[in-house]
Amino acid sequence: MNEGAGMVAVVGDVLPEIALVLGGVVVLLYALFAPADRQVGAAVLALVTTASATVLTVAVLADPQKVTFFGTYARDGSALWGKLIVLAATAVTIGLSIPWFRRDPRHGEYYTLLLFASLGAVLLAGATDLKEFLVAMLLSSATGFILSAYHRRSSPSAEAAIKYYLIGALSNSAMLLGVAFLFGLSGGTTLAALETGLPGGLAAVVGVGLVIVGIAFKIGAVPAYMWVPDVAQGAPAPVAAFVTAVPKVGGFIFLARFVLALPDGAVGWEVLVAVLAAATMTLGNLACLWQDDLRRLLGWSAVSQTGYGLMAIVAIGQSDLAVPALLFFLLAYVPANLAAFGVVVELRGRTAITDYAGLARARPLLAGALTTSFLSFIGVPPLSGFVAKLLLFLVAIEVGYTWLAIVAAINTVISIFYYVRVLAPAYFGEMASPVPVLGRTAAWATLASAGALIVTGIVAEPFMAAFRAAALLIR
Amino acid sequence: MLTLAIFIPIIAAVALAVLPRAGRFAPSERSLRGIATIVAAIPLGLLALAWARFQGGGGFEQVESVDWIPTLGIAYRVGLDGLSLPLAAMTALLFVVSIAYPVDFRGRAIPYLALMLFLEGVSIGLFLALDLFLFFVFWDVSLVAMYFLIGAWGHGDAQRSALKFFIYTFAGSLPLLLAILGLYLATDPRTFDMAEIIRQQPLAGAGLYATLVFAGFFIGFAIKTPMVPVHTWLPPAHVDAPGPASAILAGVLLKMGTYGFIRILMSMLPESWAQFAFPIAILAVISIVYGALVALAQTNLKRLIAYTSVNHMGYVMLGLAAAGAAVTGQEAAQAIALTGATVEMVAHGLITGALFLVCGSILTRGGTYEMGAYGGLLGRARSLTGLTALMAFASLGLPGLAGFVAEVQIFAGTLAIYPVLAAIALLGIVLTAAIFLRMLGTMFLGALPEKWRDFPDLGRVEVVTLGTLAAFVLLIGIVPGWLLGVVDSFAGPFVGRP
Repeated sequence: MNEGAGMVAVVGDVLPEIALVLGGVVVLLYALFAPADRQVGAAVLALVTTASATVLTVAVLADPQKVTFFGTYARDGSALWGKLIVLAATAVTIGLSIPWFRRDPRHGEYYTLLLFASLGAVLLAGATDLKEFLVAMLLSSATGFILSAYHRRSSPSAEAAIKYYLIGALSNSAMLLGVAFLFGLSGGTTLAALETGLPGGLAAVVGVGLVIVGIAFKIGAVPAYMWVPDVAQGAPAPVAAFVTAVPKVGGFIFLARFVLALPDGAVGWEVLVAVLAAATMTLGNLACLWQDDLRRLLGWSAVSQTGYGLMAIVAIGQSDLAVPALLFFLLAYVPANLAAFGVVVELRGRTAITDYAGLARARPLLAGALTTSFLSFIGVPPLSGFVAKLLLFLVAIEVGYTWLAIVAAINTVISIFYYVRVLAPAYFGEMASPVPVLGRTAAWATLASAGALIVTGIVAEPFMAAFRAAALLIR
Repeated sequence: MLTLAIFIPIIAAVALAVLPRAGRFAPSERSLRGIATIVAAIPLGLLALAWARFQGGGGFEQVESVDWIPTLGIAYRVGLDGLSLPLAAMTALLFVVSIAYPVDFRGRAIPYLALMLFLEGVSIGLFLALDLFLFFVFWDVSLVAMYFLIGAWGHGDAQRSALKFFIYTFAGSLPLLLAILGLYLATDPRTFDMAEIIRQQPLAGAGLYATLVFAGFFIGFAIKTPMVPVHTWLPPAHVDAPGPASAILAGVLLKMGTYGFIRILMSMLPESWAQFAFPIAILAVISIVYGALVALAQTNLKRLIAYTSVNHMGYVMLGLAAAGAAVTGQEAAQAIALTGATVEMVAHGLITGALFLVCGSILTRGGTYEMGAYGGLLGRARSLTGLTALMAFASLGLPGLAGFVAEVQIFAGTLAIYPVLAAIALLGIVLTAAIFLRMLGTMFLGALPEKWRDFPDLGRVEVVTLGTLAAFVLLIGIVPGWLLGVVDSFAGPFVGRP
């Protein structure tokens, strides 16, 4: 086969990614030329883009799983399912954004940023090369910073973006340094080179540790979690929904791939990740306890949820169920997060917990969505979050990290307290004032996310079977 | 058919919750309650049919199963045996009565009835579940439904009590989940199928691992039962819940704990149970005596009954400890203890359920649970007095009533295994007698205070519903054979009685 034909063949493996790039460009051109009152058309184009990327992804779901693009990019079950979750979440975010940004005369290019941010997450999910990982991280981060600052004249939005940016810059430089270490030690940047070439020793531990710090920033884990509550509170609410959920999908899947590539015993990454998991879930949880601001609470709860998700990483390579546990966690976490923030969006950003008293009588469907989301976070059956938590506990116990499962169980009990602090007044209290809502698309996006939690919880088998068959390839 | 018994109330609950918004359908609260009662009675009818078809040959019968998450060895499996059938039937009966019982809906009749119906399906499902995953699903969902019932329709500091109940029992359900997973990981091939796990006995001789799994299950079930010292969620939850919800909480939800002890812990980890049977028996005796002593000190009627629940569940646990103890040659006594414990679960459900319903009626009429505020009601309210007295006597174990049948078997069985403990536990019987006689004396005898001159007697619905429960209490007390036979078909083979 000649070079040209090989190139064409590998380009065929990244059609969904190409669709996202082209869609982003088209949206940008449209936004440049469309009048202010037609900017919403950009949202429609963005939805079409996510839909086409989804179709292109589903089309190859049954194809053989492989690493493509000259060993730098995986097209395996984990990457494909990560892609589908990212694309669905992006579509929901677009639904939330349409009414939220309606009054903003120049918001067409917002959707370009959103598409590029989701592209960053998609690339992360498939990356099998450290250089590609860097590009994906920076694409995802840079767009995230701008999205968080999108309310140009709002000081909380600017403050959130600056914190996000500073912590991002710091952890991204750590990550660069880490990649340089690993490149120097193993003589290559692909994960396959890492697997064969990485020696043990302190330098390797430092390199791995620094890369993990970079990923910790992306998924909002200790030690780079501090931006999450600020962004959740200050960024535009649809953006908050997006950046606390979607980049995590890519970050988690890359982290799984990365630790899988590390040679056995060269670095004690299991213990490191387990400690980070315990610290993340506990810290996020304790910070939630007396939180009176719902968006901040959701931010901290996003941190604690990351901690639960890390339990799956600990088991990577040792349990057959580690990858299914991770994917199911993402399948449960992302819609729950979107639904909770969606309720905030639909209620025009009201955020004091006291303002939610009596919601059940005033807006029963929104109260139902919020309840579903919170119960799924807690892990109450038959919601998706329960299956996820069951799998996470299962793999942790299976690989001998029972203590981590017990810490997670204790944290779950604590978490009931703050979720119920929101829900109890919503059901048992009275609404003081009328409840203005935003618009139909945001309501539908919210209810669809909440509905997904119920459906994927009860009809879990198709997903379980698919996740069980999903490979996590590094070469 | 069992599946219908579980899902008809659940589907009706969902329909009830969405129906009124679909049109101009606005029936009165009375007719809503009537409709809900009829729906609630369907599972009772279906279980009665199941009872008629019951063979009693040991093992699970009338099994219905369909794959759910086969990748993990999870299936929807329901079925029954001599243990679960009486409990499921008692549950259905108590729900019909509780739903029919008049209660202040506070303008929210539909969500109340929907939650009650939902809880009925879930509770029946829990007793019939033959898959650990399914069991846990029903277990957790019942907590959520009960949380909303207490929080929205309770009185006093209802939200706080509801939250305490929710967090406390959820704290029990997580060790339970971890233990289920620990047990699941030991099975080969991996499965959540209860019958298969009982057959495999995956943790036989597993040492520390088995002890850890045992501890997880034990904590989970002990909180739900509840055993002293993890009973502290119970009094506030009972006192502040609306009458029918208290009846369900005491009558049905507590049984989930003791049922779990038998169905899971004693069946799947018999070695560990035998190993710890004596300490469990001691805890049971502490529950019996402590529960009775604290009940004796109460002036609040509902708190008093709540603490007698701690006492009665102690009898059940004592019977279970004796039944699972590592002794040989005492199989007959152990079977009697196990049968007694199971019958006590049914009897306590009926009796205490009725007593809590009575509490609700008294609160509606008098506005307080303080027993000292009442007196001489015998002259004013004859049906109230009669039914309360009957249930009180049944609860203290008067011969001819259901409680006696249960307790005499528990003590007969336990005396052969743990004679000293049984003797101490007898103290509980004496104390319970004192408690109920004092309660009856304070509230119904003596002079009628001036302000209760117009104290209304029980209404027609209340008399019929409580009367139904009373009929079963008498029936079990006088001709217990129909129930004992069914329970014994489980208990005999379980203890290995030749």
